[in-house]
Amino acid sequence: MTGRIFVPGDAAAVAVGADEVAAALLREAPDLSLVRTGSRGLFWLEPLIEVQTPAGRIGYGPVTAADVPGLLAAGLRDGGAHPLRLGRPEELPFLRRQTRLTFARCGIVDPRCLDDYRAHGGYAGLARAVSLGPAATLEEVVQSGLRGRGGAGFPTGIKWRTVAAAPGAPKFIVCNADEGDSGTFSDRMIMEGDPFVLIEGMTIAGFAVGATRGYIYVRSEYPHAIAALNDAIAIARATGWLGTNIADSGFAFDIEVRVGAGAYVCGEETALLDSIEGRRGQVRAKPPLPAHVGLFGQPTVINNVISLATVPVILAEGAARYRDLGMGRSRGTMPIQLAGNVRHGGLFEAAFGVTLGELVDDIGGGTASGRKVRAVQVGGPLGAYFPRALFATPFDYEAFAAADGLIGHGGVVVFDDTVDMAEQARFAMEFCAIESCGKCTPCRLGSTRGVEVMARIMRGEHVAANRALLVDLCETMKFGSLCALGGFTPYPVISALTHFPEDFAGPPLHAAAA
Amino acid sequence: MLAPEPWSAERAAEVIDRHRARPGPLLPLLHELQEVFGCIPDQAIRPVAEALNLSRAEVHGVVSFYHDYRRSLPGRHVLKLCQAEACQAMGCRSLAAQACEQLGIGMGETTADGRVTLEAVYCLGLCATAPSAMLDGAVHGRLTPGRLDLLLDGLT
Repeated sequence: MTGRIFVPGDAAAVAVGADEVAAALLREAPDLSLVRTGSRGLFWLEPLIEVQTPAGRIGYGPVTAADVPGLLAAGLRDGGAHPLRLGRPEELPFLRRQTRLTFARCGIVDPRCLDDYRAHGGYAGLARAVSLGPAATLEEVVQSGLRGRGGAGFPTGIKWRTVAAAPGAPKFIVCNADEGDSGTFSDRMIMEGDPFVLIEGMTIAGFAVGATRGYIYVRSEYPHAIAALNDAIAIARATGWLGTNIADSGFAFDIEVRVGAGAYVCGEETALLDSIEGRRGQVRAKPPLPAHVGLFGQPTVINNVISLATVPVILAEGAARYRDLGMGRSRGTMPIQLAGNVRHGGLFEAAFGVTLGELVDDIGGGTASGRKVRAVQVGGPLGAYFPRALFATPFDYEAFAAADGLIGHGGVVVFDDTVDMAEQARFAMEFCAIESCGKCTPCRLGSTRGVEVMARIMRGEHVAANRALLVDLCETMKFGSLCALGGFTPYPVISALTHFPEDFAGPPLHAAAA
Repeated sequence: MLAPEPWSAERAAEVIDRHRARPGPLLPLLHELQEVFGCIPDQAIRPVAEALNLSRAEVHGVVSFYHDYRRSLPGRHVLKLCQAEACQAMGCRSLAAQACEQLGIGMGETTADGRVTLEAVYCLGLCATAPSAMLDGAVHGRLTPGRLDLLLDGLT
């Protein structure tokens, strides 16, 4: 049997040369059978290639195309010694400390091979769902304690129950794959590395609530994910895992990928629905909830990629196994993403409860620049900046809310001591101004006024008065906006002002801005 | 990148027909029109509106709402530099300044010779290999001033 070698096809691995490494391997070692996988999520080691040996898979990284001849000469085929040899990836501390449920297969399987998916436990969740029936399936998801991983943290099972009970047909399953938050890439990794798990999760959702059609709304910035999903959907259709009689259960379900067009606000669920319908992505006033009046006016489940991709493992292993992990009202695991100026950036799936300090200092290894960590933004562009003083905060929906922050979609962006927090606050307002859908006044106008007020503070004009005005403006945006874009933009602004007031004192720091 | 085709009402009608019957046809339709013509030309608004039973204002409203849709042709190359927080933490602001200076244009502009369009993008999902960029659809991570130089030099 020829040796198998695994090279990630994940966009982040490709961005640092994985395609060139794959091409070099094909050229130098045509006898090897090359498999393109997703990423394991250890991005500082990408491109991280693995070779199948009798002792399991052996990893090497970060590999460049120029390293390939030397690796082959050193006995890459048999896992031979080389300075880039990492040993078994599972033994690396970054992976060993994780509890991978949602990401169990990511980076291991071929995302375009259904047999590989099934050989690694795929479709066991759907099989159990079909044996339980729709009502008991729904109850399993409720019992698991799974909450929306997009950021809002609403209990997934309760949402499903509402849709199941809503009168009307057809019903829809919509997957929110508009992962626009900077510092987050877990949706992208799953879609590229294990797309069948999302298809299975959506199929289970459809079975549980009585929906026959699903849409995955993916942002246009993710071309690799779009391609992987379309390929996986075509394979699932051809093999009877999507279509009119799924796995001979009599249940019919199909999925279509819809591509966004570069609007951050379409990650807001009602704006996303308007966008699929072919309109400007403007936020709808609630009520009615999408569960009652959603896509095309029909009852609709709208869930984030990670929420849906976690459903198969909950069904396969039972709600209790999932519920028993975590802390407080945050049950199960959270795929945390370490990003920005961090030494060991990547995907860290762990039970809720790990502290911010452990994540940044211990698991992340501090900054990539080697300088001191000054601030950490958690939860994307609408999340708060945390100073070191709050590093004891455990990763948990309620604990972060109590610290005037949010965990959002689980992105953790690390900044070193060269960061200018007034500029970060100004950018938060600017981003809101660029991306505002324009429907409500506090967001549409408040964000532009916010940019102006920040510019005055940075120039040193009436600093105390403008700081008071900024706080007042943030209150208006927080309580008066229709959705989280305008409503949460105050989080990064106020947290920066509260925890780093020295940066809001005007010049001399900001003399250059004058 | 495929060179954009010149405007053709027949070609546009072909694209419109392919999408008009599906639920929520407008975004996929506009995506394909832009793929074919390189942008959403003014001449396209009326036939799209008529086919979907919308007003021209509604179609224009959608085209102008989304950052992806262009009203005029971009340069031969499109360089998108991520300017979001994770890339900010790794120095993307100075890379943007470098690109602007070397190309002699601002963000969102095209060089006078039509060679390059430079754009800001807010997150490519490559936040653990920051700073990142997308050049003509291909992704690049761990950019440095030197690597950006190489990318810019390769644009003809």
